[in-house]
Amino acid sequence: MISSGSEVAVELRGITKQFGSVLANAGVDLRVEPGTIQGLIGENGAGKSTAMKILYGLYRPDSGHILIRGQPQVWSSPRDAIAQGIGMVHQHFMLAGPYSALDNIILGAEGEGRGGRERRGSRVEGRGQPSGAMRREGAPDPRPPTLVRAWGILGRKHARERLEALAAQYRLSVDWEAPIEQLPVGIQQRVEILKLLYHRADVLILDEPTAVLTPQETNDLFANLKKLRDEGKTIIFVTHKLKEVMAFTDRVTVFRGGSVVGEALTSQTSPQELADLMVGRKVVLNVQAPPTQATGKAALEVEALVVSGTRGATHRVSNVTFSVRSGEIVGIAGVEGNGQSELLQALLHPREPQCRKAGRISITGMDVTQMTAREIRNLGVSLIPEDRLHEGLLPEWPLRDNFLLGLQHSAAFNRAGFICSSNLQAAAAKAVNEYDVRPANLALSAGNLSGGNQQKLIVAREFERRPKLLIAAQPTRGVDVGATEFIHRRIIKARDEGAGVLLVSSELEEIMALSDRILVMYEGRIAGEFAKGNFSESLLGLRMGGG
Amino acid sequence: MRVSRKLFALLVLFAACLSPSTAADFKVGLVLDRGGKDDKSFNSSAYEGANLAKSKLGIYLKYVEAADDNAFEPSLRAFAQRDFDLIIGIGFAQKEAVKKVASQFPQKHFAIVDSEVNVPNVRSLMFQEHEGAFLVGAIAAMTSKTGKVGFVGGMDIPLIRRFEMGYTAGAKRINPQVEVLANFVGVTSEAWNNPPKGKELALSQYDRGADVIFAAAGASGLGVFDAAEQKQKFAIGVDANQDWTKPGLILTSMLKRVDEAVFSTIEEAKAGKFSGGVKRFGLANNGVGYSFDQYNAKILSETVRQRADELKAEIMNGKIEVPDYYKLNR
Amino acid sequence: MRRLAQSFLAVAFGLALGLSATWIAGENPWEVLKILARGAFGSRENIGMTLFYTTPLIFTGLSVAVAFQAGLFNVGAEGQLNLGALAAAAIGALLPGLGWPMAPLLASLAALAAGTVWGAIPGWLRARRGSHEVIVTIMLNFVAVGLSTYVALYVLKNPESQNPETRPIGLAYMIPRLGVFGDAPVSAALPLALLVAAIVWVFLRRTALGYELRAVGQSEPAARAAGIDATKMRILAMAIAGGLAGLVGVAEVLGNAGKFKVEFSPQYGFIGIAVALLGRNEPIGIVAAALLFGALHQGTRELDFSTEHITSEVSLVFQGLIILAVSAEPVTNWFRSKPRINTDEL
Repeated sequence: MISSGSEVAVELRGITKQFGSVLANAGVDLRVEPGTIQGLIGENGAGKSTAMKILYGLYRPDSGHILIRGQPQVWSSPRDAIAQGIGMVHQHFMLAGPYSALDNIILGAEGEGRGGRERRGSRVEGRGQPSGAMRREGAPDPRPPTLVRAWGILGRKHARERLEALAAQYRLSVDWEAPIEQLPVGIQQRVEILKLLYHRADVLILDEPTAVLTPQETNDLFANLKKLRDEGKTIIFVTHKLKEVMAFTDRVTVFRGGSVVGEALTSQTSPQELADLMVGRKVVLNVQAPPTQATGKAALEVEALVVSGTRGATHRVSNVTFSVRSGEIVGIAGVEGNGQSELLQALLHPREPQCRKAGRISITGMDVTQMTAREIRNLGVSLIPEDRLHEGLLPEWPLRDNFLLGLQHSAAFNRAGFICSSNLQAAAAKAVNEYDVRPANLALSAGNLSGGNQQKLIVAREFERRPKLLIAAQPTRGVDVGATEFIHRRIIKARDEGAGVLLVSSELEEIMALSDRILVMYEGRIAGEFAKGNFSESLLGLRMGGG
Repeated sequence: MRVSRKLFALLVLFAACLSPSTAADFKVGLVLDRGGKDDKSFNSSAYEGANLAKSKLGIYLKYVEAADDNAFEPSLRAFAQRDFDLIIGIGFAQKEAVKKVASQFPQKHFAIVDSEVNVPNVRSLMFQEHEGAFLVGAIAAMTSKTGKVGFVGGMDIPLIRRFEMGYTAGAKRINPQVEVLANFVGVTSEAWNNPPKGKELALSQYDRGADVIFAAAGASGLGVFDAAEQKQKFAIGVDANQDWTKPGLILTSMLKRVDEAVFSTIEEAKAGKFSGGVKRFGLANNGVGYSFDQYNAKILSETVRQRADELKAEIMNGKIEVPDYYKLNR
Repeated sequence: MRRLAQSFLAVAFGLALGLSATWIAGENPWEVLKILARGAFGSRENIGMTLFYTTPLIFTGLSVAVAFQAGLFNVGAEGQLNLGALAAAAIGALLPGLGWPMAPLLASLAALAAGTVWGAIPGWLRARRGSHEVIVTIMLNFVAVGLSTYVALYVLKNPESQNPETRPIGLAYMIPRLGVFGDAPVSAALPLALLVAAIVWVFLRRTALGYELRAVGQSEPAARAAGIDATKMRILAMAIAGGLAGLVGVAEVLGNAGKFKVEFSPQYGFIGIAVALLGRNEPIGIVAAALLFGALHQGTRELDFSTEHITSEVSLVFQGLIILAVSAEPVTNWFRSKPRINTDEL
């Protein structure tokens, strides 16, 4: 199936696309060779997704050309692109939850325009959220049953045979009859890929495919994509994660500000070089925190904390004891789902029985077990939540109102129960400026910011409290390189100003770079404690795996 | 310019189409109760009377249906402000509205059904429902083989209690040992329009031994008739002649001639003989009565009818005094 | 601004649809529109009747909106307003000796309190027990209607009337009528409604409590993480919603009827949902939407008078079509030229 006769599978020439005042693509040139994995990397908003949506026929370019195997093309819809062998797996899957994998693929084949097209201006969804929630939008409508059946008796059998052959060829096994919503996210993605193969796609575009996957699923995906490449397919892989690009692409193209700013063979570049290109300046990939200067009294003490499980079978958190002193960063490492989320909930809502079954929690020396979340926050507790779109922001509200969240009773913004707008406006403007939230438009909805800028907004707000205890959970998940560096520096600064910091992260590098002490959580227990300079990645990894 | 001229022509044409009625010199406005003209009972009856006047007397008729209680007053007033000569409010719910608007327009003529309004230019059309109910009660008792008769009332209000009291008295007159099973559909105006509940009540009464049921329940009565069909037992209709709805099962209907009252009021007003005050419609002037036609000829026997007519005569000449719920509960 | 334009488009679209329906029914749509306008605004009394219907719709629209801002759907305004009206009438019937201004003040507070309690119940059940407020408020509507009917018929019955209604309250209880509208029963309840709308706006937009209430409606997890007590906010929102609906009792009992009449409300509570929807849950929008629906309700009565084929039920058709147009946002979106973008997806 190697598209013979030409060296270039896909070429974009001078693609320009403007949305209102935003220039999303400014003369993008891109060549993808057949039978390779091409990485497209860039920070959020760099224009890589737009370029791919143009290639897939979802947007029309304002100017520029698309060439497939050397032939100029004009798409009027994805249908045209599909006919030329282009396929795309979107960040949010286009599957109909209650239908089987088989039906999803057949129904998709019946009318790609219905099942496969993403709505223009579709809503912002959590990026990098391992939610796996099905999106019903754009799902195929159930057709009049008689028609589908009449067509289906012949078509279904054929389709199944062809799909099974494809699945065998590429070793992508799927349970064909289970309702798709019951399949794991990784398998759903596999169905999406099979759908493209079923449509005889030669060029597969994957837009941030790992955002919703677990590490194991990510590894499976990479292995499968390599197999597809070896069978002659061309793969375009859009991401903002350096590690992924380095791990398995053949070539990499770097986007910044709507243009291509660099291109290289993956084997001949380095993460540092790519990061500098992406951000446009020298960045420090792993900010190393200097050891703490002075630690003070305990900012947080947890004693024998127990959080019960759903059916009381196993405890989510069992008998956890630790403390965080002011002026130090304590990192909690561990594979996600080993009780970290439950621990965080217990710290904030200790009164609620489903959040804390037993144990004592004190913050700045005060027993907080009978306090409300508001009282606890008022002790000087700042929180960067795990899931920022869900817990950290009000996505439809403007930046200004998001800045107020949790500060609505603070003396600076509250006069006898009334919000002091002028103070708020001034403080928010100052913070947005200081924390480099872009665009610095206070009236813009928070949901319209990129992930990194959302996180910077949260950091700005939480630091407004002058925290005595900072709880930072997955602070850089889904955040681009530049913002990651910024946030890391801020966390270190907070520590140096005397805050106790509890850092929860599944990114081992982040934990190792920032923490003064590291606790490893495994199956709801503290499985190990390490002081700075006293740990190695392999040792931590061993503890995280229960060893 | 041409466009607007065309439009003007259209409007003139339209206006012309709208006013064939200007030929009629006597204008009657009818304000119906919330049920509307298609309730197949009370409002329908009033509308038919007015419609008859339209075709027979050549009056101009306009009716409106009130969307809510607060719309009665502005509707009545809107008729009065235009050149309507006679304005009729249907139903006791309009009592206060008629009283107020009639006082504001003393030169206009008003009428109201089922309520007494003591304003000189208002005619109150009152019915002696208890007299009619007495007759159908007697007919029910004469027909019943079980010695049990039923009553299903619509909304539990004095008006319907009046029906019930007359009905019971008529039945007892024939058979002092008769047992009268009485139920009401409800306490709000929704009770006029709940056939399922009417059916349920009727089925229960039939099961308890009643073999004739009088439905004084507006549209809910249709449910009573369904029950009669299911059990193959008798029912009695109300207000309009409902014998045709289930031929052979509707023993008779207690007539309340709202149509007659409305028609005669329009007729007199058109002839310049309108008079205010209370106008009562009873057995004597055929305002109430019972029905007999081809639909119930086979089931309403000669002897029963003779006895009923005797009772009617006795009521008219004062030998029988039918208990009146209104008077007893003053 | 954009949402305002959307609402405007939706209204225009719904009206156009409704007018085409009248055209099918054999009327001249332009004439119908003129009659509608005349019926709603053609004379002092007509304007008055429009405003009379507008007043309760402002209260119920606000009621639905406040609940909605907290992420709750108050389908119970109908029950709340019935109990509010009953409470006002009951005070009047039970304390006939009270003088002005204590009398109307006390009765108004009773209306407010009754609605508040009736709204707080589903709020409490939702917050503490997880019972869905839509189901609970629907059920409570039945209970409220039953309860108020029982009281009107058996406890405080008006012996003078066949209507199911309570004894009339004393003159001292009545709030002043606005004389400029002729005989239309426009009372001081109208300025009260406008004042309340302003207070609701200030509460929602300018107070910390209002901010917290709205934050819970936006995202409960985010509000909780910020230390906001979502449970309390839910109960508060429903209590306020109930109280606002209860104030319909002031307009109806103290400003108009002088008693509680069973089934007095032509579904003010449910039209309130449409008012809130059209008004985008913002007090200013709600006042405008209430005026529109009030005008439709009143204007269609004139249609009944002045046309051959249209009865007052067409009002429901118009209202339905406008609601349809408001909820069918894609239709109005179609008119927008600029696509919405977000920087994350470029």
